[in-house]
Amino acid sequence: MSAIQVKETCTGCGVCVKACPFGAIVMVEGKAQIGDSCTLCTVCTRICPQHAITIERPMVPTEQFKDYKGVWVIAETSEGSLRNVSFELLGEGGRLARALGEELSAVLVGSEVTKLAKPLAAHGAEKIFLVEHELLKHFVTDTYTDILSSLIVRYKPSIVLIGATINGRDLAPRVAARLRIGLTADCTGLEIDAERRLVQIRPAFGGNIMASIISQTRPQMATVRPRVMKTPKPDESREPKIERVNVNLNPVATRAKVLDKVKQLSKASEKIEEAHIIVSCGKGIGSQENLKLAYELAEALGGAVGGSRPIVDCGWLPHHQQVGQSGKTVSPELYIALGISGSIQHRIGMQSSEMIIAVNKDPAAPIFSIADLSIVGDIFQIVPRLTEQLQGLNKPSKQH
Amino acid sequence: MKIIVCVKQVPEITEVKIDPVTHTLVREGVPSILNPFDEFAVEEALRIREKHGGEVTVLTMGPPQAKEVLVKCLAMGADKAVLLTDRAFAGADTWATAYTLCLLIKRLEFDIILCGKQAIDGDTAQVGPMLAENLGIPQMTFVKKVDVDAKTRKVVVERETEDGHEVVECRLPALLTAIKGLNEPRLPSLMSMMGAVKKEIKTVTATDLGVDPSLVGLKGSYTQVVEVFAPEPRKKGTLVTETDPEKAAKRILEFLQGRVLA
Repeated sequence: MSAIQVKETCTGCGVCVKACPFGAIVMVEGKAQIGDSCTLCTVCTRICPQHAITIERPMVPTEQFKDYKGVWVIAETSEGSLRNVSFELLGEGGRLARALGEELSAVLVGSEVTKLAKPLAAHGAEKIFLVEHELLKHFVTDTYTDILSSLIVRYKPSIVLIGATINGRDLAPRVAARLRIGLTADCTGLEIDAERRLVQIRPAFGGNIMASIISQTRPQMATVRPRVMKTPKPDESREPKIERVNVNLNPVATRAKVLDKVKQLSKASEKIEEAHIIVSCGKGIGSQENLKLAYELAEALGGAVGGSRPIVDCGWLPHHQQVGQSGKTVSPELYIALGISGSIQHRIGMQSSEMIIAVNKDPAAPIFSIADLSIVGDIFQIVPRLTEQLQGLNKPSKQH
Repeated sequence: MKIIVCVKQVPEITEVKIDPVTHTLVREGVPSILNPFDEFAVEEALRIREKHGGEVTVLTMGPPQAKEVLVKCLAMGADKAVLLTDRAFAGADTWATAYTLCLLIKRLEFDIILCGKQAIDGDTAQVGPMLAENLGIPQMTFVKKVDVDAKTRKVVVERETEDGHEVVECRLPALLTAIKGLNEPRLPSLMSMMGAVKKEIKTVTATDLGVDPSLVGLKGSYTQVVEVFAPEPRKKGTLVTETDPEKAAKRILEFLQGRVLA
């Protein structure tokens, strides 16, 4: 029995024929008939006015695990360019693929994105599955889920990696639930074990403990925290090997519609998730006006400004710049904590930073327990002088 | 509007430690709270009800003591509360949790399901979307503003993005996940807390759901935790007590040189 069934209640209206992204449905004697190009994407089950089409997806039995091969990285685009996390995942995915002796592929979905295949290849993608359509301009959960699940069903990769970004964490669980496969969130480490399984390592309880997790299903799927894996050096001589997958999308199959996109954070100094350097302030900064000290230092370093919960709750800094448990988790190359005492809730959001410098007048501030360089002193005296000395050196010569 | 809110009881994070010998979590004596992100979800549900009328039902899955968070939700103003509790549900990963919640929710009527964006113990943010997929309804995650149009049965939300937000419209029923900033959750008064303790909380077991126990809890999970360990502690840093701010600034600059600066 096939996983997809058409019930007797089908009236032959033909809505599903038009909606099927893969052209897999035909009408035979007034009833829908599902052909071999069906990828079980579920669009027809959603769109059928009679709810006459159903999909029952059995789990992949263990003995078929060997049929699943290759490491996939799902590329993420934003306004026509690739997010850096895509390159980080290619670096990490390449390492896993070599350990398994399998191929590394990237999946590129969007509108007018062919040009992005080259940088993906340069960063290690041996093959690029390309799905291009004008309706894919914005990320929309329904459409992206349909496409990604279909590709997985058709090509059977053994590992699928997705960036643990806002949209990555929206898409991955949806796809995992549709395919009935395990998913591990926000991994910070990945390894291949002796049995060729993917060991997914992630922090839990706010980073107080680490857990190693194994998937019981195939493919093994994980979202990976941005900025943890290293960006590989690109090799511009690599030519992309593109496998184009054609889809026929129907806007009717998408239930949510993006009406508007609002860019509030136009300045790099406000985007803490993408910053290599973050200058962060706590209650010790004293007032909203004093935040200019932090902005000046951040500018001299080419970084962004963040803050702890108290100054966000005071309204001095917008919520999207909050670091910590109820804000964002960041892992920049350098985190400078100014007047932040360092409660556990704050440390949860920044303790995976590569380097930490803390300046606080309280020698007993908990932030000092995790800082690489702890300066006991007055931020109002020290920070302007540091900014001045940095400006004297001209801009940092190591550009990111 | 019929609104369902899925909540979770979580340990107060500050207290969670790992036993250095057994490598297991020390949870004894750790206070439990309503997951902070779920408070935003409950508050939003109450506001939607206050504007459009209807009913707010809160659900949780957990051990019998998870009832405490339902009492808090009732005190905040929720109409009904259901506790999914059974030894068979223990050890569930995000898939098994979403699957179990789905079995219960399929028996209820709803227009909107609200969840917190993630629970602060697991931090996965996966149960909401997995539940939406299981129910076959659309989702809008990381939401910071919600406008329900009861007449057209549509919802318009502002959803957080990396550089701002997007405005998304969707028809109901739908599932939304709440972030901080969506609202200011109300504090239940002592009186309402006392009243809530007396309210009925319905308990649902695996038998009540009629589910094969091998499909829920640890057995029904698609992922398995094979090891739990303490994170590597950060290397001990340098502590500088320097009274001259000029020299203190210089120390920072020297640290940066060769690391961040060329």
